[in-house]
Amino acid sequence: MRKSRTLNLGTGSFVLLGFAALFFLTTQTTSRGLSWFGPPHYEITAKFDNIGDLKVGAPVSMSGVEIGRVVKIEFDSNEYKAVVQLRLNERYNKIPTDSDASIYTQGLLGGKFIGLTAGGADTYLKDKDHIDFTQSAFVLENLIGQVLANFTKSKADEQSAAATPADTKSNADTKPKEKTK
Amino acid sequence: MFKELWESFTDALEGLGSVVHFLFRLLVNTPQSLLRFSLISQQIFNSGAFSLVIIMLSGLFVGMVLGLQGFQLLQRFGSEEALGTAATIGLVKELGPVVTALLFAGRAGTALASELGLMRATDQISAMEMMAVDPIQRVVVPRFLGGVISMPLLAAIFSVIGIYGAQLVGVQIMGVDSGSFWSQMRAAVGLSDITEGIVKSIVFGVACSLIAVYQGYYATPTAEGVGRATTRTVVTSAVVILFLDYLITAAFL
Repeated sequence: MRKSRTLNLGTGSFVLLGFAALFFLTTQTTSRGLSWFGPPHYEITAKFDNIGDLKVGAPVSMSGVEIGRVVKIEFDSNEYKAVVQLRLNERYNKIPTDSDASIYTQGLLGGKFIGLTAGGADTYLKDKDHIDFTQSAFVLENLIGQVLANFTKSKADEQSAAATPADTKSNADTKPKEKTK
Repeated sequence: MFKELWESFTDALEGLGSVVHFLFRLLVNTPQSLLRFSLISQQIFNSGAFSLVIIMLSGLFVGMVLGLQGFQLLQRFGSEEALGTAATIGLVKELGPVVTALLFAGRAGTALASELGLMRATDQISAMEMMAVDPIQRVVVPRFLGGVISMPLLAAIFSVIGIYGAQLVGVQIMGVDSGSFWSQMRAAVGLSDITEGIVKSIVFGVACSLIAVYQGYYATPTAEGVGRATTRTVVTSAVVILFLDYLITAAFL
């Protein structure tokens, strides 16, 4: 009896340790931990022209502090825009309704995240609210295309010396927009 | 020459067939064995809890090596913060299940095979049959199930200790920022990575335990036969684990 008790105790603590390790792996090393056991939260949406390679689970930050995460990304086929659903911590519930959301890149080639900048309104964002002011992701290829277009254009200008600078500018501006569509 | 090749081929096929047949016999007897859970619990203790020390020590050192190597490599690209991601994905998906299974085959598999082989050699199994006790149900299935249950738990423990080993070297010694170590890991590691590791460790657990139990049960009842069964357990397990590892990795891609 004595022996079987210590034996069962050993088995029990081994199994407990194993399941504790599994629990640690599923909650502490993945982004799932926040959505399952996270603090109270509310959800808002924002529409972007282009989200680049923003992924579900990307952080949402304000002044560099993480206040939530991206939980869903969908495509609105009526407006041809990306609809991003953000889950924000209930603690940060004083975000003005006219705040704007932009997509930034972590580091030079890092992942994308959403940065919120506070507006000046007296009313605050609630659950199921919508952010109206958004700024699309900075797409490296478009920028390179823009620079190249400017570069070749200005060379052509030097040679012909006929085109006006305003012309060059509008050409360079329209080019990336065509690409994104 | 061709006749010999053909014969060795049919021998291998016959061996595979009898392993599959043995697995079915084990599975058929599993429900009755589950009723006597104390036997299984004892085997979980034997193959699981006794392997804990070697698993934890190996996990710590594998994690520390990963931390050191990963740091050296990532430093060249100026992205030491990705160390947590690299170490975790490497441990959870590959090193955790595979190294644990290899150690498990060496620590618990050989113990199972030699124990069963010795039971066969000293006629204990025949004695049970004469007393109308089914040796498969009484002796083999609890050992098999004990191994199957222990393996995933051991692999998870290995991975967790390994992650802390990598953290020890990366953060405490090499000075990677602790916050970005964990947050980049959380952002990059998905639940599917963990699932892949768990599936692998369960499959390896079944394979390791089955091979050990089969080799022991059908060992030649001599001292030499038991020794050979033990050796064969380790060799076959190692090859089968690495082969299955490739298959499962390809399936999850």
